[in-house]
Amino acid sequence: MSLLEVKNLVVEFPSRHGTLRALDEISFDIAPGEILGVVGESGAGKSLTGASIIGLLEPPGRIASGQILLEGQRIDNLNNDQMRSIRGRKIGAIFQDPLTSLNPLYSVGKQLTETIQAHLPVSDQEARQRAIGLLQDTGIPAAAERIDHYPHQFSGGMRQRVVIALALAAEPQLIVADEPTTALDVSIQAQIISLLKNVCKKRGAAVMLITHDMGVIAETCDRVAVMYAGRIAEIGPVHQVINHPEHPYTAGLMASIPDMDIDRERLNQIDGAMPRLNAIPKGCAFNPRCPQVFDRCLQERPDLAAVARSGQNTPTQVACWLHHANTLEGVS
Amino acid sequence: MLAFVVQRLIQAIMVMVSVAFIAFLLFQYVGDPVLFMLGQDATADQIAALRKDLGLDQPFIVQFGHFLWNAVQGEFGISLRQGAKVSQLIANRFPATLELAVIAAGMALLLGIPMGVYAALRRGTLPSQLLMTFSLLGVSLPTFLIGILLILFFAVLLGWLPSFGRGDVVKIGWWSTGLLTVKGWQHIVLPALTLTVFQLTLIMRLVRAEMLEVLRTDYIKFARARGLSNRAIHFGHALKNTLVPVMTITGLQLGGLIAFAIITETVFQWPGMGLLFIQAVTFADVPVMAAYLCLIALIFVVINLTVDLLYFAVDPRLRVGKAGGH
Amino acid sequence: MLAKLAAIEANSHKKDSDGMSNPISRWLNSDVGYSFRQSKTAMVAAFIAVVFIFCAVFAKWVAPYNPFDAASLELMDSRLPPAWSAEGSTKYLLGTDDQGRDILSALMYGTRISLVVGMASVMLSLVVGVSLGLIAGFRGGWLDAFLMRLCDVMLSFPAILVALLIAGVGRAVFPDADDSLAFGVLIISISLTGWVQYARTVRGTTLVERNKEYVQAARVTGVAPLRIMLRHVLPNVLGPVTVLATIQVASAIITEATLSFLGVGVPPTSPSLGTLIRIGNDFLFSGEWWITIFPGLTLVLIALSVNLLGDWLRDALNPRLR
Repeated sequence: MSLLEVKNLVVEFPSRHGTLRALDEISFDIAPGEILGVVGESGAGKSLTGASIIGLLEPPGRIASGQILLEGQRIDNLNNDQMRSIRGRKIGAIFQDPLTSLNPLYSVGKQLTETIQAHLPVSDQEARQRAIGLLQDTGIPAAAERIDHYPHQFSGGMRQRVVIALALAAEPQLIVADEPTTALDVSIQAQIISLLKNVCKKRGAAVMLITHDMGVIAETCDRVAVMYAGRIAEIGPVHQVINHPEHPYTAGLMASIPDMDIDRERLNQIDGAMPRLNAIPKGCAFNPRCPQVFDRCLQERPDLAAVARSGQNTPTQVACWLHHANTLEGVS
Repeated sequence: MLAFVVQRLIQAIMVMVSVAFIAFLLFQYVGDPVLFMLGQDATADQIAALRKDLGLDQPFIVQFGHFLWNAVQGEFGISLRQGAKVSQLIANRFPATLELAVIAAGMALLLGIPMGVYAALRRGTLPSQLLMTFSLLGVSLPTFLIGILLILFFAVLLGWLPSFGRGDVVKIGWWSTGLLTVKGWQHIVLPALTLTVFQLTLIMRLVRAEMLEVLRTDYIKFARARGLSNRAIHFGHALKNTLVPVMTITGLQLGGLIAFAIITETVFQWPGMGLLFIQAVTFADVPVMAAYLCLIALIFVVINLTVDLLYFAVDPRLRVGKAGGH
Repeated sequence: MLAKLAAIEANSHKKDSDGMSNPISRWLNSDVGYSFRQSKTAMVAAFIAVVFIFCAVFAKWVAPYNPFDAASLELMDSRLPPAWSAEGSTKYLLGTDDQGRDILSALMYGTRISLVVGMASVMLSLVVGVSLGLIAGFRGGWLDAFLMRLCDVMLSFPAILVALLIAGVGRAVFPDADDSLAFGVLIISISLTGWVQYARTVRGTTLVERNKEYVQAARVTGVAPLRIMLRHVLPNVLGPVTVLATIQVASAIITEATLSFLGVGVPPTSPSLGTLIRIGNDFLFSGEWWITIFPGLTLVLIALSVNLLGDWLRDALNPRLR
């Protein structure tokens, strides 16, 4: 059974200019212990998806329809109190900026033990021991001393390790990581990403890794979902999506990554830009920019459907009429 | 830490010296400094003798030095209006103002902080909107009008409370306190209330604004994402972060208390330093004005220094240095 | 290259361009105008403020009497209560004071004085503060550091205290001053603490804009710094400065009223609302409350409506609160 299931999730923002649909019927699931990457341009809706799952959608944004299920139970319709017992304990979260994620006035130890004791019935002593253990697991040297230090006494990479430790403190089964390395030095990014991967695998926690960095996805994830204009364009095992992209958008993304071994005059680009929320075209959102567009794309919006290819255990799902056309006509 | 304190002390001394300089200019050049020192009833001989003593033909800096030396000892000459030593006058009046100010400040903090927290946490509800409306009134009502309205209501119409003076005071050594008698308390209620209103609204608005800002930060969002209880988030994390800047700004605003005390003392004829100062201004009583200026500057400087030290004590970012590691 | 510069310059102006021709309809349709139409309190406050300003400006024509023309006063009519009580008369709608002056007219003339002094001091603070802020932000260096220190020190001294001191010194230095000098000293004393807020805000924005590329580009092509400051920094600073000015007008009016109440404000020949309250205060105990209460009410209404407008303006211009 899936750990997390998202079914036809719609998130809207009522505004003075009308209601904007930021997420338009998103569906995916995450298996226990797997690492799902969610990739896309800024504004595609990745962070909103994460926020909806942990129930921290900022008003006036709200879930208009659809369901989110954790271990088979609906969590999108819970009130704040009920959601609170899930947050941290079942689902943890990591945000982008480690500098602002930690309260500067409290020691790291205090923030850790507070989280542990909010969810687990342990004594102060034991909470502190667990906290030290968490810090050691996330690679903080001299954990027993540094537990009493304040956030400003840690460097950026160290702080993100502390943040990871905090997210894991109550032993959740799913971590939503929203751009965890974007604010860090490139040299530190690799360390943090591999730390995240290892520490989660060790604890059997699944990860929803939100990022715009394809390289990180390639290194870390089991599966990846490509988002565009509030919809999922393609979702499948990582090496499949990267090496054999089915959706023209994904193909364009992959092609735009410069290759060190090939000499080029100009970088490959996808023409145009992602549409604004109040100007999403009819039919497939990508149709104005798609090099393979045809009539049906302009009229109807494609659903996610599996594309069968030989040699694949898990087929990639893609929302594109090209492939519906293929499967309908029986061409493989 | 030590460097910080020393730097602050030096700044404080510079401010004091600059203020003393302005006071000195007042004393020396607006009217006759000799008359200020001796009073208006001095004889011609006394005047001549002091003029020689003061050496008014001596260089500027020496005269300033004299003034500073006198000032440090609290010697500011004789009040033009009252004919008494300025230092004596101020010493007599000081307790009245201090008691009034402390009670008003206490009330403002005790009421203002909870009201501000409530208005921030229960934003949009009816009670919080009422609070904000009340705070708007507080800012739009001049202090003297509040005093007049209170007098009209409680003294004239209802006759419950007295409207001027300090009531019965008890002398403890050099200090005279009105807090040990029933009459004293009755007299202090209306003036303290008047003085509190402005401070209270200020603190309430400040706390509310700061708290709303803090509630929007990433670390609060992260705390929520970790499933901490509302109590822990609001009163553990948010409140502490709110109070740190509020504390410093409030400390700085205490100056406002001293200023508004002038008005309150005028309305209620409260025998404090403020009333003395107003009378001095109306009468162009320069020695008193100069002395008041220096005293006020001293109080400000002390308050600022205390606030700085307090900030230091509370914010770990200032206390403990940065460490390394990655 | 120049075309690119022009394009960058055009982009830097944060103005709402709906392409509508009429500036008023453009404003009404902008985000600020929309917020105004949504907020009943803002509209009521604006209406009240306009009424007061109207009365103040046209006092000579709107007021039933001129209360400061000694010849027109009738002592027989002194101390009359407002028209709706038993001994009052409709000749004097809000009653009269001890010299037979019509309270309603005195209110209008007094409002005029209060508004003039309030607005004049804010104007002065604004001009001084914005200029100093621009210079400090643009030049930087020791000038900037000195100015900021000065601001810090000045901020901790409350306006009333400074105003009182200046007034006191003024009296001592010019014991026989004439009226216009008294007004001048008063306006200066009120604006002496006001400029600090403007200077800080403008300096902050100047620093931010100064480091942006279009400013550096402009300097490289030889555009004069003054022109850069005026064309680029000023529009960005207009919002916060307007909010500040509005809120400061209210506090300037209250400060002036306080000073006049204490006897060190406007000269007695041109009484403002504060003076009227002071005069009326003496009659409070004998039951003639209207002499003090009506000017008091007027003062509060003016301050309240201006503060409400300022509050609304600040929320309307703050993108984060929408």
